[in-house]
Amino acid sequence: MDPIRESLLKKSRQSKVERLGKLVSFCCITLIVLIVLAIFYFVASRGLATFFHDKVNLIDFLTKDVWNPSVKDARGLPEVGALPMIVGSFLVTILSALVATPFAVGGAIFMTEISPRRGMQILKPVTELLVGIPSVVYGFIGLSVVVPFVRGIFGGTGFGILAGTFVLFVMILPTVTSMSVDALQAVPRYYREASLALGATRWQTIYKVVLRSATPGILTAIVFGMARAFGEALAVQMVIGNAALMPHNLVSPASTLTSVLTMGIGNTIMGSLQNNVLWSLALLLLLMSLVFNLLIRFIGRKGALKK
Amino acid sequence: MATIIETNDTHLYYGKKEALKGISMAFTANEITALIGPSGCGKSTLLRTLNRMNDLIPNVTITGKITLNGQDIYAPEMDIVELRKEVGMVFQQPNPFPFSVYDNVVYGLRLAGIRDKRQLDEAVETSLKAASVWEETKDVLHQSALALSGGQQQRVCIARVLAVKPDVILLDEPTSALDPISSSKIETMLLTLKKDYSIILVTHNMQQAGRISDRTAFFLDGRLVEYTNTTKFFTNPSKQESEDYISGRFG
Ligand SMILES: Nc1ncnc2c1ncn2[C@@H]1O[C@H](COP(=O)(O)OP(=O)(O)OP(=O)(O)O)[C@@H](O)[C@H]1O
Ligand SMILES: [Mg+2]
Repeated sequence: MDPIRESLLKKSRQSKVERLGKLVSFCCITLIVLIVLAIFYFVASRGLATFFHDKVNLIDFLTKDVWNPSVKDARGLPEVGALPMIVGSFLVTILSALVATPFAVGGAIFMTEISPRRGMQILKPVTELLVGIPSVVYGFIGLSVVVPFVRGIFGGTGFGILAGTFVLFVMILPTVTSMSVDALQAVPRYYREASLALGATRWQTIYKVVLRSATPGILTAIVFGMARAFGEALAVQMVIGNAALMPHNLVSPASTLTSVLTMGIGNTIMGSLQNNVLWSLALLLLLMSLVFNLLIRFIGRKGALKK
Repeated sequence: MATIIETNDTHLYYGKKEALKGISMAFTANEITALIGPSGCGKSTLLRTLNRMNDLIPNVTITGKITLNGQDIYAPEMDIVELRKEVGMVFQQPNPFPFSVYDNVVYGLRLAGIRDKRQLDEAVETSLKAASVWEETKDVLHQSALALSGGQQQRVCIARVLAVKPDVILLDEPTSALDPISSSKIETMLLTLKKDYSIILVTHNMQQAGRISDRTAFFLDGRLVEYTNTTKFFTNPSKQESEDYISGRFG
């Protein structure tokens, strides 16, 4: 055989390395998929046992507001109304996102449009640093600063939705800000130039072109922040008061799905109803984070369509 | 012929680097003036000094005097927003906003506070017609301008400038990203626009300059080498550098 033909037929070193690389990355992705599936299966099988094995009515679980898994009601069914926690979770999430959004967007505008040099050199690294602070630190600060502060102003214990909202607001602010900065920076410079060249002021350019083009990105940032707030356990648990009661105001002790979970999961016996309902809460959390994820994808897709 | 813009010994420095080395020239109203010259000679820089877009770049120093209808545009009391409404600009890359065609065209009018739907509708139709892109866009006015072809986008950008009713239109290589057919549509359009507007066009395409411009200014390394009637420039240039450039000996 002539040497050219031979070298063409023989597998080169590069192609062997390429095959190996493909194989390794395929194994990794398989592992990840397996782990995710296993988690889903585990949480779902435990979480659903409440309804199939312990015969709790799903509607009751979602709409009743008495949480007392170890006590049975008149019909002999355990009192596991998760509504107070669901409401608590949504309240702290939505409130903290509502408070954080204007600050985050305002900060991002400052960093990208008003003072980009200082913004990019100092503020952006600082916000990114804040993203990495462990949540227990936020919880601790909340416990020693925010709770007494709320107590001082509104009376009561100081624990509750308001304190939770405040801690979550501070926690998600850096995330939402730094993602909003990315969204604003992704708006091409030529949009700004075109707007200015048409006689727009800098401020008109910011809100008519830059913010408008960056809206999908900013929404994604907000949903991201909400997902983080919804799933945050430790910091919230430290300041919310952990009373599984329907919140009637913002300054009385309440609870969230996550705080009930972290409080209870170590104190119940595997396979018991008390334990199973906690898994049901976990399942609810998992489904919600799935919803947040889908929302982010949906927003991203809608944004991409316009391009 | 009335002069609309006049520059007088204009120097421009990017930091220490001198990009315009004393430009003195007068642009005539209702004519097309072509600015040509090799890459980096300062054509875009000069164009951007005429509507003060260089103000956006840090560390730019400009000396000398530039007047629009006799008014010094770098005077402290000059309103930049008003200036940019008088002197519109079309960029090299088509850059419509990621909005609908309609919203793109009325952008400048909405900035001026015009809300009346009839007035806006009318402006959209006349501007798109003047930019000869009405036929292609009239059925997709409320769809994203980014879905149009590059040539159509560029004409929508021109319509967007026309809607503001400027006196002067600056175009920086408006056809360099387009195919020959789109380019020739824009050239024809510019010829019809010149009765209402004064047009200053940067181009690398010497045939284009020859076809549509009334006067041609040839730049080299930040200096104005020759500025004369287009026919004369291309048939009988008075400077050796101009002749070398036209015949393709450098640049
Ligand atoms: N923002 C800037 N900062 C510093 N220098 C610049 C800047 N913009 C342009 N220059 C310099 O000024 C000179 C003139 O640039 P300009 O863009 O005006 O050239 P041009 O004639 O438009 O070239 P082209 O035909 O390639 O577009 C060049 O040497 C360029 O490097
Ligand atoms: Mg240029």
